[in-house]
Amino acid sequence: MQIIKTTCRAFVAVSMTVLGLFSTLSSTHAQTPADVLVVGQIAEPKSLDPAAVTAVNDFRILVNIYEGLVRYKPGTLEVAPALAESWEISEDGTEYTFRLREGISFHDGAPFNAEAVKFNFDRMLNEDHPYHKTGPFPLAFFFSAVQKTTAVDALTVKFSLNEPYAPFLSNLAYPTGLLVSPEAVKEHGEDVGRHPTGTGPFKFVEWISNERVVVDRNDEYWGEAAGVNAVVFRPITDANTRVAEMLAGGIDMMVEVPPTALSQFQSDEFTIKEQAGPHVWFLILNAKEGPFADKRVRQAANYAINKEALVNDVLEGTAAVAAGPTPPAFAWAYNKELAPYPYDPEKAKALLAEAGVEGAELTFFVTEGGSGMLDPVSMGTAIQADLAAVGLDVKIETYEWNTFLGEVNPGLEGKADLAEMAWMTNDPDTLPYLALRTDAWPEKGGFNSGYYSNVKVDELLEQARTSTSQDERAKLYREMQSIVQEDAPWVFVANWKQNAVTNDRVKSFDLEPSFLLHLQNVTKN
Amino acid sequence: MAAYILKRLISAIPVLFGITLIVFLIMAMIPGDPATAILGAYATPENVAKINRDLGLDAPLFQRYFIWLGNLFTGDLGRSYSLNRPVLHEIIERFHATLVLAGSSFVLCAVFGILAGVVSAARQYGWADKAITFTVLIGISIPSFFLGMVMILVFAVRLRWFPVSGMYAIYGGGDILDLLRHLIMPALALAAVATGVVARMSRSAMLEVLRQDYIRTARAKGVKERKVILGHALSSAMVNIIPVLGIQAGFVLSGAVYIEMVFQWPGIGRMLVDAILKRDILLVQGGVVFVAACYVLFNIVVDVVQSLLDPRIKS
Repeated sequence: MQIIKTTCRAFVAVSMTVLGLFSTLSSTHAQTPADVLVVGQIAEPKSLDPAAVTAVNDFRILVNIYEGLVRYKPGTLEVAPALAESWEISEDGTEYTFRLREGISFHDGAPFNAEAVKFNFDRMLNEDHPYHKTGPFPLAFFFSAVQKTTAVDALTVKFSLNEPYAPFLSNLAYPTGLLVSPEAVKEHGEDVGRHPTGTGPFKFVEWISNERVVVDRNDEYWGEAAGVNAVVFRPITDANTRVAEMLAGGIDMMVEVPPTALSQFQSDEFTIKEQAGPHVWFLILNAKEGPFADKRVRQAANYAINKEALVNDVLEGTAAVAAGPTPPAFAWAYNKELAPYPYDPEKAKALLAEAGVEGAELTFFVTEGGSGMLDPVSMGTAIQADLAAVGLDVKIETYEWNTFLGEVNPGLEGKADLAEMAWMTNDPDTLPYLALRTDAWPEKGGFNSGYYSNVKVDELLEQARTSTSQDERAKLYREMQSIVQEDAPWVFVANWKQNAVTNDRVKSFDLEPSFLLHLQNVTKN
Repeated sequence: MAAYILKRLISAIPVLFGITLIVFLIMAMIPGDPATAILGAYATPENVAKINRDLGLDAPLFQRYFIWLGNLFTGDLGRSYSLNRPVLHEIIERFHATLVLAGSSFVLCAVFGILAGVVSAARQYGWADKAITFTVLIGISIPSFFLGMVMILVFAVRLRWFPVSGMYAIYGGGDILDLLRHLIMPALALAAVATGVVARMSRSAMLEVLRQDYIRTARAKGVKERKVILGHALSSAMVNIIPVLGIQAGFVLSGAVYIEMVFQWPGIGRMLVDAILKRDILLVQGGVVFVAACYVLFNIVVDVVQSLLDPRIKS
């Protein structure tokens, strides 16, 4: 009896202690503080040195700390002044001269001037530069046309290109063109990515690995001061956990909400934002060999796949149906007259019969994940079913993303008939130039893994690249799009709409077509 | 005893050496490389070659292995390309977090597992035994990551008792209370399975001992039941329980990978998963060798403790 009594007493005592501990621990769990914006990021940044990183996840932090010579005009992908107040382009399109804003300093007090701009580009492009070792700079090729950067005077900087290169301005607006304080590079060397120093509306405070990056309002900012005192970026790699944090009030804003989780945020407590971006999700068709060497079969694939069902049911409305190779986010260069291939299985069957390839066996490369690939496995399965419905026997081979790129980038010849792919770019030139030209076949170092070739398309793209007039470029790109749509080297599937959720304390927030996260105007109570 | 420990330590050297070779070869063999991971869609052969040159990956395979191994002996694990900082700094920082999580889970599973096993055995077929056996079965059957997700939904999202993820609060945290608040759910989720296993093994180990003649003699002599159970029986049963604890320590350490992902705990498991996906070769190699070394060391400690309890084992 005694032992049972003792046990009972001990049990009660332990329970009380545990309960007490629970209530002390749980009662103080508070919401995020006022005037501090907490953002749920999808991963830990690699570095906060704009020249050294490639991921949108890192860019989302960078554009709040740094600025470039130019930027994207809010709500568009057109280039607008930033640290440069104006610029001139020479007749032949090989010299760009920028006039810089006066009286701006980096967060460490170093002056922003033409020498600072020159330092940044020399560091990235010139292998003999004393600070080139602070790299590697994986996207330096964005500026590979730059032959020389000259500081003409304190507030004038000139870029000399080795050939006319029209995307130069929009590449400058890309985060790779953000400018770092030369003094910070000299002081921190290869660790400069952990001591980011720019001219932007927020200045860096601390970076605790895997916990947070904190930036404070820059009170000396040359433009309009930021709307919140501080922003905290929290890396939460698991999408379910990110959703749970948002629901529990641990973060104020999250990006890249999984489509299936959107329904959880359909209340007054939350606001869902959407913005179509410069993204296109497509199927590369092997035009060199097999059934897809015939244009009719490529068109048949475009008719056979139910793109509406893919974007609405598989992607739950987080994407729109794509019409051609250029996403509509490039409003100035987009051909509005193009309509997507309609879903018409009967027509697809007729085309297949005409080409005499009914019942053909096809190999389809599918990836498990990867940047911008949305929900590749489910999409691959749905596509397989659509193609089966018109009598094509599709065999799926699934690969992990890095392996997948290793298989697809060297070309599909001898391996597959079709493969999934997605690109997000910053200029209408980039994707078609790298993936549709004859000179971009894999053996020539490009990404035309399906071996599409059309002399007219090659000509239009070369011409557009060397033109300095945006109107003329737009005309050339529009013509290219209608030819490519007709030739159907790809199945044009979807344009991704980026999404974000904020809670009801966050005001004045908008997503940008560039997928960058400008938080300068955001306020929070 | 010292000779025994020395012998065990020496026998660990070829094991660790083999681990370095295996992890190096696996990282070299898996498809995809850091350059492709960095460049993504922009991975032209030309760009890839440039990145490989910058990262020193253009040297022949075995030359790279011996350079890495040589640096390893001097304590230089290289620089992580994906985090842009020394591998050793990252590992030490992350291991601290894993140690807190796995350590507290281990303590939980040892204390509650043994306690449950002892009570169960002492009250064999009684209601306490049945209740414990049933609970243990549930604990063993639920995958820990799933238990973690359910706990997040119930205690963090619905009841808002605990924070969803992380190790410290973003603002106004950083003290021990804050740490406990963040630790409680992941530690419990991680301990669940291990506790069940320890409880089962302790129960059977105890029952084995309780059947022995000297226990009957002790009872016949009129020794108090509590003393029989805790004094006579448990100390003998511990010889069989400790190896189980050793295995569970390893289990908790490896199980921490899932739990760290679910609760975004900044530990070494999450670091390794990220590093593998980004093909951060040096970080993966350094992390795996470090964890393996800890594991080997822990096994030696378990063996030594066991041999202290039962001198027969040494011979």
